[in-house]
Amino acid sequence: MSDAVSPISAAGSEGFARVRQIGPLGMVTLRAKAGTKGLKAAVKDATGCALPDKRRIVTKGAFRAGWMSPDEYLLILPRADVAKALAAIAKALNGQHHLAVDVSDARAVFRIEGAKADQVLRKLCPVDFDRLAAGELRRTRAAQVAAAFWRDDAGFTLVCFRSVAGYMGDLLRLCAQPGSEL
Amino acid sequence: MSTRLTTGGRLIDRAAPIDFSFNGKRLSGFAGDTLASALLANDQMLVGRSFKYHRPRGIVASGAEEPNALVNLGHGARAEPNQRATTTELFDRLQARSQNHWPSLEFDVGVLNKHAARLLPGGFYYKTFIHPRAAWKHLFEPIIRQTAGLGAAPKDGDADRYEQVYAFCDLLVVGGGVAGLHAALVAARAGARVWLVEQSAQWGGRAPVDGDLIDGVPAADWVDAAVAELAGMAHVTLRARTMAAGVYDHGYVLLDERLADHTPGDGRPRHRLWRMRAGKIIAATGAIERPLSFACNDVPGVMLASALRDYLVNWAVVPGQRTVVVTNNDDAYRTAIALHQAGQTIAAVIDARDQAEGALPAQARACGIRVETGKSIARVKGGKRVTGVEVCRQTGDGTISNFLACDAVAMSGGWSPVVHLYSHCGGKLIWDDAGAMFRPDAAHPPITHDGRAMVIAAGAANGALRTAVADADAQVRIALKELGVKARKAKAPRQDLPDEAALQPVWIMPQAATLGLRAKAWLDFQNDVKVSDVQLAAREGYQSVEHTKRYTTLGMATDQGKLSNINGLAVLSEALNEPVPQVGTTTFRPPYAPVPLGALAGEARGAVFQPLRKTPMDDWHAAQGATFEPVGLWRRPYCYSHPNETPQQAVAREVKNTRQALGLLDASTLGKIIVKGPDAGRFLDMLYTNVMSSLPVGRCRYGLMCNEQGFLSDDGVVARIDADTWLCHTTSGGADRIHGWMEDWLQCEWWDWQVFTANVTEQYAQVAVVGPNARKVLEKLGGMDVSQDALPFMAWTDGSLAGFGCRVYRISFSGELSYEIAVPADQGAAFWQACHDAGAALGAMPYGTEALHIMRAEKGFIMIGDETDGTVTPQDLGLDWAVSKKKADFLGKRGQERRFLASPERWKLVGFETLDGSVIPDGAYVAAAGTNANGQRHVQGRVTSTYHSPTLGRGIAMGLLLDGPDRMGEVVSFAKVDGSTVQARVVSPVFYDKHGEKQNV
Amino acid sequence: MLLLTCPYCGVEAEETELAPGGEAHLKRFGPGSSDDQFEAYLFARKNPKGVHFERWRHAYGCGKWFLAARCTATLEVFGTYPAQTSGPPDDIIARIKARRPDWKGFA
Repeated sequence: MSDAVSPISAAGSEGFARVRQIGPLGMVTLRAKAGTKGLKAAVKDATGCALPDKRRIVTKGAFRAGWMSPDEYLLILPRADVAKALAAIAKALNGQHHLAVDVSDARAVFRIEGAKADQVLRKLCPVDFDRLAAGELRRTRAAQVAAAFWRDDAGFTLVCFRSVAGYMGDLLRLCAQPGSEL
Repeated sequence: MSTRLTTGGRLIDRAAPIDFSFNGKRLSGFAGDTLASALLANDQMLVGRSFKYHRPRGIVASGAEEPNALVNLGHGARAEPNQRATTTELFDRLQARSQNHWPSLEFDVGVLNKHAARLLPGGFYYKTFIHPRAAWKHLFEPIIRQTAGLGAAPKDGDADRYEQVYAFCDLLVVGGGVAGLHAALVAARAGARVWLVEQSAQWGGRAPVDGDLIDGVPAADWVDAAVAELAGMAHVTLRARTMAAGVYDHGYVLLDERLADHTPGDGRPRHRLWRMRAGKIIAATGAIERPLSFACNDVPGVMLASALRDYLVNWAVVPGQRTVVVTNNDDAYRTAIALHQAGQTIAAVIDARDQAEGALPAQARACGIRVETGKSIARVKGGKRVTGVEVCRQTGDGTISNFLACDAVAMSGGWSPVVHLYSHCGGKLIWDDAGAMFRPDAAHPPITHDGRAMVIAAGAANGALRTAVADADAQVRIALKELGVKARKAKAPRQDLPDEAALQPVWIMPQAATLGLRAKAWLDFQNDVKVSDVQLAAREGYQSVEHTKRYTTLGMATDQGKLSNINGLAVLSEALNEPVPQVGTTTFRPPYAPVPLGALAGEARGAVFQPLRKTPMDDWHAAQGATFEPVGLWRRPYCYSHPNETPQQAVAREVKNTRQALGLLDASTLGKIIVKGPDAGRFLDMLYTNVMSSLPVGRCRYGLMCNEQGFLSDDGVVARIDADTWLCHTTSGGADRIHGWMEDWLQCEWWDWQVFTANVTEQYAQVAVVGPNARKVLEKLGGMDVSQDALPFMAWTDGSLAGFGCRVYRISFSGELSYEIAVPADQGAAFWQACHDAGAALGAMPYGTEALHIMRAEKGFIMIGDETDGTVTPQDLGLDWAVSKKKADFLGKRGQERRFLASPERWKLVGFETLDGSVIPDGAYVAAAGTNANGQRHVQGRVTSTYHSPTLGRGIAMGLLLDGPDRMGEVVSFAKVDGSTVQARVVSPVFYDKHGEKQNV
Repeated sequence: MLLLTCPYCGVEAEETELAPGGEAHLKRFGPGSSDDQFEAYLFARKNPKGVHFERWRHAYGCGKWFLAARCTATLEVFGTYPAQTSGPPDDIIARIKARRPDWKGFA
């Protein structure tokens, strides 16, 4: 058994915003219709987080629960806690129609930090950053691939598919090049 | 002589001289100059040659509307043709070259075309290049290729970078003149999120040039204060050097910002394309002065009256020492007065109107300027620059009354509002008789998503030439109201302008000019279209302005007719004897002015031109020097060549090694979709042509998916995970598409079914362990029982191998003993290495996609995209066994019952063996007897997969043949591109291990 | 480039975040249907100049299919609504009628 290896080496960059790949993180996709009996408990038991509202992400320490669609949630947690979380979900939603799968390896996660971190993403995503709400989890397009991100005090966390980690890293660094501040 | 005055010039910094070159000649200007003003300051009147007749051409205008002064700018990797000197800011060591001349600007051979002018009338291209047909290829096309285009396309890759940015605002104000500034101020004070963009480097537009007073203060001061106030507001964005190129649906606007055009190589992106979404757009884009159409109005030294004023006031440059002003309106008198006040000589103002009694003519007369009314210019004299004008009566035919010596002519035919942005998305225009201009029709604006006006024109762009600020005030208040923003009550600033008398529309000068004069009166300077050409088009039956445009090429040059359109259509309407509004305008299309292709491409070039999807083992493949091929957006190893091995040899080795020993394939790209729920079995029975609900837990089944037409869309192996969970494998390129297809049916048709799906393709790395030694290597890795008894063919089980938690599928796409092993993607590279390490002694070698393809073809396995092309049914491919007869319904079932699909007479899958052992060319057709109406051979089939089989040592192919399965043993003939044919025998598509014994051991 | 609000997640998404799905409210005809019915289901589309109902998927967002009522001539959007319905909801119909009094109604 080898250690988990993230999609590409986590090289930083000397741009007007700092771009680095982080992880590995644990991620679970949970699908269940709103109002499913045990759903709140499942999310709580797996992450300690309350069930997120529409387009929001709830954070509790190293655990997060994000709203992905009316019947889909993304749970983010330490990699070591994935199996425990899946078991907790299975228990809380026993007998209820749902789907919970480990997608930890399917994703790549980036941090974009600095006072002008938003400018990097403004070049890639058709999103009105001035109107981005606090705690909003925004699923969108970054250049030519799907992405999701949220903002915190220090910058943004962006999640994309693992296979395009190289593309995403290149893009973020390109857009953070000195001299291209908006 | 064109020269720089010793004083004045509001935009130049005389303390900052700048060296530049034109056609290799070293010249100098000042910071703040445009290339045009600097050329004029250096007496460089001749700046280019016209497109068709190669006539000497000088600078006509001072902005984006310039048709003549197009230059090749820069060199090498920073060369760009067709750059307008009037909008190019001067920078140190700028290199410009004139265009469209040979061998030199001063002496040009192409000028001989002018002697052939009678042979080059409107529609010349259409009339000439039709006959004889053979001449096109050998004569006309080579000549056109040689002479086509203006500048020279750069040969090197672009050294600059470009970027795009998404932006959003409530109100986008386009145009930084006084109207735009005021509109932005009103909106910003009301709290709206405002953007204000200006295409030039300066704010204020014309008002500071003309010395207008706003609220009693000079316009320049008012502009400075407005800009300062706007710049101090956090919710306002000001961008100069930013051109609104186009307005598109639902408030989408492309803004081209010139960041480093004037500071090349400073490390910034050269251009930035803002992809703006605006709630509302105010088009305060001003107006453009129109030329007058008199003979030889294209001689260098003839300029727009406003441009002369710009060069004088902004850059202290005068193109001549003795100027004639020719006009049909009062505004041009400003030029005469300004030049006079700067100490220049005005030979006369030639006014086409019978009377000129307005305040400005009165002021001119008071300055002692000679004013001749009821007059026009019959002809401009001079070759490479103006030497004088012949004056005549405007109402006559051009009989000369007197001659005026001069070296500059300032012309003004009135003003045309810049309505482009209003028109891009369908805003309608109305004809304004008083101003002789088209202006936006506020009753028919372009519409945005809420059904309201998307663009509102303001100021001169709205036809309010003399009340721009007041109009902008009114329009921005309408805009804010529709946006739901409350504007503060305040009086609009007062613009103090002298009264002006009405202009008189003058489209041809003089009115009854002879053909000789009309054939020298230019409408479109860049494309060499004259009054006589448009009149000829009308005589030849062209009535639509759109047709006339294309026939004569009027307005089709890089300036898109900014100067010529209105004059041209007015000439057409006179020729057709119809009012101007009836003739209408041509369509205004984006971009307003050219945008570099690099800006449109944005970040998508080089390494990030498009996403490259990589598997977890990609680094390993690259380190092995694999030859890659794209599969969808994935890159997959095509083969792994050993040193001194061609890819072809490598592929043959990989096939043989896999069949004889052990091959390892990175199969991670295979789509993997989990389908779970109480109705999942029922759902998969609808999706697949065969039955999946009956699949026992722990087993795999090959399945086909069709679209509703009944045609094959995807295939793959389905595994039953537990009572209500299935894992569906899709083709490598198909995972996202099939996942979307599943969600479509679940969300839009069977939304009450309880099924959830998840695309887990990228969660797993998948390794195919293939060949006679496959089991041995897994046993060596150890950790689970992979025997035939424990894990029979088409079964799967979870377990662990060498400590890697994995899921092992006993499936085969090669016909060999084969296991496909899925491990979490993060462990993919390590597991792949472990397989190689354990397999080394068993002859393990990696194989790529080409070996995979050959092995599946040897087995007669179909490949979606090869055997299928969207018109092929499962039955065509002999896959009837995988199409349920019992199910009442599945996607594609009804489609397959349609007469044509159910017909027995279809092209069906067979194998082909060439008689000579050669490989049939890709895509070859099976010839049939006879020819069709076009003289082409009839066909009865085609090849779908064709390879050299290393296993069999000969060419093998699969293909579709009319009634194929009934024609086994028959020899058919494939047509090759070179006209020859290749003979092949119709055989079973299964070439190897016909009974499938090897995979099931 | 259109701007449509996804009724599921509330994002006002631009067209590049969406995938188009053609005409909305088609009735599926499967086995047992007549040739005419099946042909109409597969191929006959209204393609009107004016009020139109169409399918969009918020492909780069929440992944849900939704329906939009839109004027194909002016691109005015009358509204978007969830796909789990066989016809346009009443509030959408009312909005269209208010904006297009001579609209003949959904058929």
